[in-house]
Amino acid sequence: MAGLELLSDQGYRVDGRRAGELRKIQARMGVFAQADGSAYIEQGNTKALAVVYGPHEIRGSRARALPDRALVNCQYSSATFSTGERKRRPHGDRKSCEMGLQLRQTFEAAILTQLHPRSQIDIYVQVLQADGGTYAACVNAATLAVLDAGIPMRDFVCACSAGFVDSTALADLSHVEEAAGGPQLALALLPASGQLALLEMDARLHEDHLEQVLEAAARAARDVHTLLDRVVRQHVREASILLGD
Amino acid sequence: MKETPLSNCERRFLLRAIEEKKRLDGRQTYDYRNIKITFGTDYGCCIVELGKTRVLGQVSCELVSPKLNRATEGILFFNLELSQMAAPAFEPGRQSDLLVKLNRLLERCLRNSKCIDTESLCVVAGEKVWQIRVDLHLLNHDGNIIDAASIAAIVALCHFRRPDVSVQGDEVTLYTPEERDPVPLSIHHMPICVSFAFFQQGTYLLVDPNEREERVMDGLLVIAMNKHREICTIQSSGGIMLLKDQVLRCSKIAGVKVLEITELIQKALENDQKVRKEGGKFGFAESIASQRITAFKMEKAPIDTSDVEEKAEEIIAEAEPPSEVFLNLLRVSKPVLWTPGTAQIGEGIENSWGDLEDSEKEEDDEGGSDEAIILDSIKMDTREVSNIGSQDAPIVLSDSEEEEMIILEPDKNPKKIRTQTISAKQEKAPSKKPVKKRKKKRAAN
Repeated sequence: MAGLELLSDQGYRVDGRRAGELRKIQARMGVFAQADGSAYIEQGNTKALAVVYGPHEIRGSRARALPDRALVNCQYSSATFSTGERKRRPHGDRKSCEMGLQLRQTFEAAILTQLHPRSQIDIYVQVLQADGGTYAACVNAATLAVLDAGIPMRDFVCACSAGFVDSTALADLSHVEEAAGGPQLALALLPASGQLALLEMDARLHEDHLEQVLEAAARAARDVHTLLDRVVRQHVREASILLGD
Repeated sequence: MKETPLSNCERRFLLRAIEEKKRLDGRQTYDYRNIKITFGTDYGCCIVELGKTRVLGQVSCELVSPKLNRATEGILFFNLELSQMAAPAFEPGRQSDLLVKLNRLLERCLRNSKCIDTESLCVVAGEKVWQIRVDLHLLNHDGNIIDAASIAAIVALCHFRRPDVSVQGDEVTLYTPEERDPVPLSIHHMPICVSFAFFQQGTYLLVDPNEREERVMDGLLVIAMNKHREICTIQSSGGIMLLKDQVLRCSKIAGVKVLEITELIQKALENDQKVRKEGGKFGFAESIASQRITAFKMEKAPIDTSDVEEKAEEIIAEAEPPSEVFLNLLRVSKPVLWTPGTAQIGEGIENSWGDLEDSEKEEDDEGGSDEAIILDSIKMDTREVSNIGSQDAPIVLSDSEEEEMIILEPDKNPKKIRTQTISAKQEKAPSKKPVKKRKKKRAAN
């Protein structure tokens, strides 16, 4: 889009945020009664829903069971109404497969799978509205859902996206900023240790700016962690009130 | 076919070697294997060999109508296929995870980085654009498919020539290669993937893992860069936990490697261009013919054997003394270097078949034999055996004509035989050489 400046001279972005500012995050845990764990998150206009079943016995072939750990199975699906134009997305297309693989990789590293040998944990993520940062929203929703299911994890897994425009690193990109074609980085972080569970980057970024962008994304992920922590504590407080403690 | 599982011994061996900064093929931690690029007779066809990993790339083009939301841009399509001949584990239905990962990585590396100018592929806006299709086939899997595939893709794209098109008002004329020379694609930059394998929870890292190293690795980090030090793609996979400074260090290493590889690609393209212009022979038949099937030649492994003897002696001297049982069987002897590239420690254990052959040879002797050589070696054997016999006669051979029987005294004798044999061998150590050579001659005859 010609003439659309992603970062104005005064330092404001298209939606009025500052360079390092996140969009408004609202989340809720335990939205489904049927599933073992579920969560819903809104990051600006991006809305994602995550559902967790498990740990339970391996469905399908017993041969896939791992003798010392649990198998983590992730599926990603994006609703046909999630983007600006209605797109009929077949379930097994490459992008969905890749997202599923990346989610699996992220959570296999974070969940303590050694505690549940020969079992399976299913994580299903559905994107209801995609306005940029879909991977980050999926990971955050899935983290909350896994916590809701009571499955032990090493730490929160917080994800955020980042970009680079006019020598400034932007945190938490929206769809407009992503579509402009600049470099985009998505990372999933375990806040306590600072380890990156997943790092993914697209489009050209000069090596010298890499550190700046990584730093911005890491800082944004830590802010997400603060918010998610608050959400979890709130949920536990509500649940304990209901139980009459 | 299911993949053969890796044994624990091999896994441990590989990990220990990596801890000591040693790799199976003698490379250093940041070394790439040899890269060979050969071109076919058609434009846009190439084979890239990274060590033994081999990828074939082919580019083709077609005029189609453009996508609705991108009416003035051409279409790029990438497809990597894991051929069944690449590895026994690749079967038509089974490899979906790996295939999806590799394909998506290639797509992101080449399409999202805008290495090809898609606007130049437009012929008539909104109606006709060029669709460029890059097909990659993995012919042999020896680790690090993604690097080889990315090099093959970019080389094939640089090598490709599309038919020339001219537009006059509403008329579009497509020229055949005979009418007008085909036109190369406009390529902005060449993104090349560099893979880093992590071991032991990120403590050790290797560049360009081969197939064995890939099996024991914890995870892989792929960084795609071009020679202007712009990062085109980063992808971490396999569930490793990275730290920020590890990523930054890897990106620096990747920058250096990409420069080297880009130079190599430029040279290969120039060579091919020159050969075609001068009317020389080009194509796969020419470039692969140099490895004749009748000549067996292995590439020299880059291992330094100049001080193997001293090093081996050191290791033996520092090693723990072996237990009692083995002490009887193995006499620690000095390593001997026969020829450059081979070394030998000890003489090996005495051939215990000599005892069996003894009675046979006595009969042969009576029968008479043509070849004097055999007699000589037989004499040697009998001399040795009789020597053994004289020292201690535990072996009792029956004289029966019916069948050969060797009666060994139970239990203690077998061991005793062994030691006696070896001490006999030790005495005969200097004379062992000629015996060995003669035995070889006999085998040849």
